[in-house]
Amino acid sequence: MASEVEKKAVFDIDSAKEVVQELRASFVAGKTKDYEWRRTQLKAMLKMMDENEPQIVAALRDDLSKPELESSIYEIAMLKNSCKLALKKMKHWMMPEKAKTSLATFPSSAEIVSEPLGVVLVISAWNYPFLLSLDPVIGAIAAGNAIVLKPSEISPATASLLAKLVANYMDSSCIKVVEGAVPETTALLEQKWDKIMYTGNGRIARIVMAAAAKHLTPVVLELGGKCPVIVDSGINLQVATRRIIAGKWGCNNGQACISPDYIITTKDYAVELVDSFKCELELFYGKNPLESKDLSRVVNSNHFARLLKLLDEDKVSSKIVYGGERDKSNLKIAPTVLLDVPQDSLIMNEEIFGPLLPIITIDKVEDSFDLITSGTKPLAAYMFTNNKKLKEKFVEKVSAGGLVINDTTVHLAEPTLPFGGVGDSGMGAYHGKFSFDTFSHKKAVLYRSFAGDAPLRYPPYTNGKLRLLKALLGGSILGIIRALMGWSKA
Amino acid sequence: MEELKAFHGGRANLRLCFNSNQNEDSIFKALDQDLGKSPVESYRDEVGVLKKSVTYTLSCLEKWVAPKKAEVPLLFFPAKAEVMPQPLGVVLIFSSWNFPFTLALDPLIGAISAGNTVLLKPSDLAPACMSFLVETIPKYLDNKAIKVVAGGADIGERLLQLKWDKIFFTGSPRVGRLVMAAAAKHLTPVTLELGGKCPAIVDTLSTTPSKAKVTAKRIVGGKWGPCNGQACIAIDYLLVEEKLASALIELLKKTIKRFYGENIKSLKSISRIVNEHQFQRLVNLLKDPNVADSIVYGGSVDEEKLVIEPTILLDPPLDSEIMSEEIFGPLLPIITLKNIEESINFINSKSNPLVIYAFTEDETFKKRILSETSSGTVTFNDSMVQFLCDSLPFGGVGQSGFGRYHGKYSFDTFSHEKSILHRGFYPEIEPRYPPWTDFKLLFIKLAYEFDYFGLILLLLGFKRS
Repeated sequence: MASEVEKKAVFDIDSAKEVVQELRASFVAGKTKDYEWRRTQLKAMLKMMDENEPQIVAALRDDLSKPELESSIYEIAMLKNSCKLALKKMKHWMMPEKAKTSLATFPSSAEIVSEPLGVVLVISAWNYPFLLSLDPVIGAIAAGNAIVLKPSEISPATASLLAKLVANYMDSSCIKVVEGAVPETTALLEQKWDKIMYTGNGRIARIVMAAAAKHLTPVVLELGGKCPVIVDSGINLQVATRRIIAGKWGCNNGQACISPDYIITTKDYAVELVDSFKCELELFYGKNPLESKDLSRVVNSNHFARLLKLLDEDKVSSKIVYGGERDKSNLKIAPTVLLDVPQDSLIMNEEIFGPLLPIITIDKVEDSFDLITSGTKPLAAYMFTNNKKLKEKFVEKVSAGGLVINDTTVHLAEPTLPFGGVGDSGMGAYHGKFSFDTFSHKKAVLYRSFAGDAPLRYPPYTNGKLRLLKALLGGSILGIIRALMGWSKA
Repeated sequence: MEELKAFHGGRANLRLCFNSNQNEDSIFKALDQDLGKSPVESYRDEVGVLKKSVTYTLSCLEKWVAPKKAEVPLLFFPAKAEVMPQPLGVVLIFSSWNFPFTLALDPLIGAISAGNTVLLKPSDLAPACMSFLVETIPKYLDNKAIKVVAGGADIGERLLQLKWDKIFFTGSPRVGRLVMAAAAKHLTPVTLELGGKCPAIVDTLSTTPSKAKVTAKRIVGGKWGPCNGQACIAIDYLLVEEKLASALIELLKKTIKRFYGENIKSLKSISRIVNEHQFQRLVNLLKDPNVADSIVYGGSVDEEKLVIEPTILLDPPLDSEIMSEEIFGPLLPIITLKNIEESINFINSKSNPLVIYAFTEDETFKKRILSETSSGTVTFNDSMVQFLCDSLPFGGVGQSGFGRYHGKYSFDTFSHEKSILHRGFYPEIEPRYPPWTDFKLLFIKLAYEFDYFGLILLLLGFKRS
């Protein structure tokens, strides 16, 4: 029997419109605003992760060769924590906040009420495809919105799994996953959303924001940048090196927005630092790191070629002091450390997003601040030092999304810290309550009574009224009394 | 004579001297020239608001600038976490013509307090005020850090080509789109303070005569008081039950006459229409014969003086332009409903306004309005005064804009909140590092769940991976 209705194979503008219409109807009907609905969805998400951990780990292995530990911890465990925190604190977050009122509006009371924005679009990235898809969704659900999630097509196994799991576990009249690549994303971006959250690179971010501008849609852009690490002397070098390695190669093999991108240290200290890296890297990944099971691969051949281009540039390839091996068929590049690459090389002018770590040397540690501020603002900046003054200067001078002193990347796990960029590394923030806030509209509410209606508000306007107004807005009781008595000048 | 001192604390050495007595007269004169504003209105809506804003900012600034501590779980011990506000850098402020001082200087106060350098582009549609700002600001503020640029749309367009660290825009949704599209090219964050049709729900006419009177005063004051209806938070239209419409109209008529005069010839204490273009736009709203037929008060215009008298309309057609566009002028449509609760659906059929005003004492109705409608702000039983509350965020949602300011929100909107985590070198947690083993996996899982007891068991050998 020939099928009478052909399934729509293509997700085009009309499909996108239909999706938004359906979600808007659900939102307007009040489904997502209901506290119980939000709880049920978050609980369902927890159940989804509990019951499918092996499948999630397998999909991440397919897409990224991600080691099981990284998948379990950085994707699943972190997400579960985020979910549990939202479940625990949501009621409190949803409560209106009292606001102070002043003499100027006496008598009155005021509060700030959180309300959902409506129908939101979350576009996520390929490097932490599970975490970066569902963590924003947790915030959007907690805040009471209807959601479309568009996972990255560069991590297709995870994208498919997400589509399947979300449809099975969550309320698909309010939360949908749309798979696809550029055409599908473009179709989605044509629609009117109440908020768009995008995680990815600056080039696409500009396209997202320009599309949002047509509908006056506010956006959160979580981008990247070259996250520098300043290494001072007089520290516990072994611990510092390990923490840098954990943040670089331990995070999806350097393919993370907050991975240390490059190191700045003094000329005097560089040799010791390089030796420390050599020692620790071998301890962690063995003599043949290309065969280590504890490293993700490079995600695809495009990125592989891009990284080789950075590595094989003439003035750069001679600066390799450790590593440099590559295995094209398995898309692997060994952890590679370079010393003193020129400032104008490619590797120093774009976000590396891979297992290559250049070390730049300077005369004094203080010089590193100017070096960093001469570039665009990164998502994170790190410094290893025991010098209190240097710490203070670092915090004051370096503008980045977030800073960590004497460690790398761990601030990501801290839900009381807003996670987001500034300048080229993005706008807006999330995690913890910040996720809830980012998907909420904070509505100001002023309650006034009929008592105390001052005639001085209304015309006809006279000098006397002007005097009184000045005193009232000036806020001083004495001033008001004087004005009433006619003792102050107009 | 009020002198406001430079902010201490290592921030830029800016001295903001608001020498109001000397300049106050010039400001009043400029506002009268551009908009026909009376000194009381000018003080109430512009000078007074700004003085209050500066005083409040200076009294709180040290607190705002200080880093805020953030909690750190035991697992990270020893560690310190904090969030520190930092200036964004070089910011651009576009202001509007209807409150040419407030809408230029209030954002400026926020930008300066947050430590940024600023370029202010006032609106050329209020030319006397713009000139005043261009000439006077350099006399008081550090003009290496704060500049004012005069000009029209072409200057605005050129400024938008440049890379800013933030753009703050007050104006229409149409231009808001252009500003955001230009900002997208440089990934510049924006705050858009736009407008919309701000409705006022009137449910207090059948309470007591005195409350009805106060309601009428506050409606009239909230419509024609701020720049003759040319304000983003002015009441755009009214919603009232059919059976109370004529009582409402009578009260409004009486109040209008008392406040502003008997007719267009004796009009006083009210601003005029800003220019010919806006005048024609408003006159055109009344051209539709169905709309003209619905006028129950006013309707006279004086093109030479750019004056349109306060005008009330009763149930103009819902698909007319006056009911679909933001009016921004002295025309007040009244829409009647069978039941006042229908006002919620009516409001929701239009895009989110900047403010919803509701005159009602019904607590259940108030709750419904709050939870079933969306707007930047909701004000119960009054109009306009929410603008004076420094503790309430002022901004829109949906088509009325995004971002907010006033009070600390101004400081925040021009700041980047940088997170900072301080860690010690000890103790070191070995399971953080590869090569990975099952033990390490279990350890980290327990750690992420903050299951300290489980961790102890694991370390003592009582838990198996």
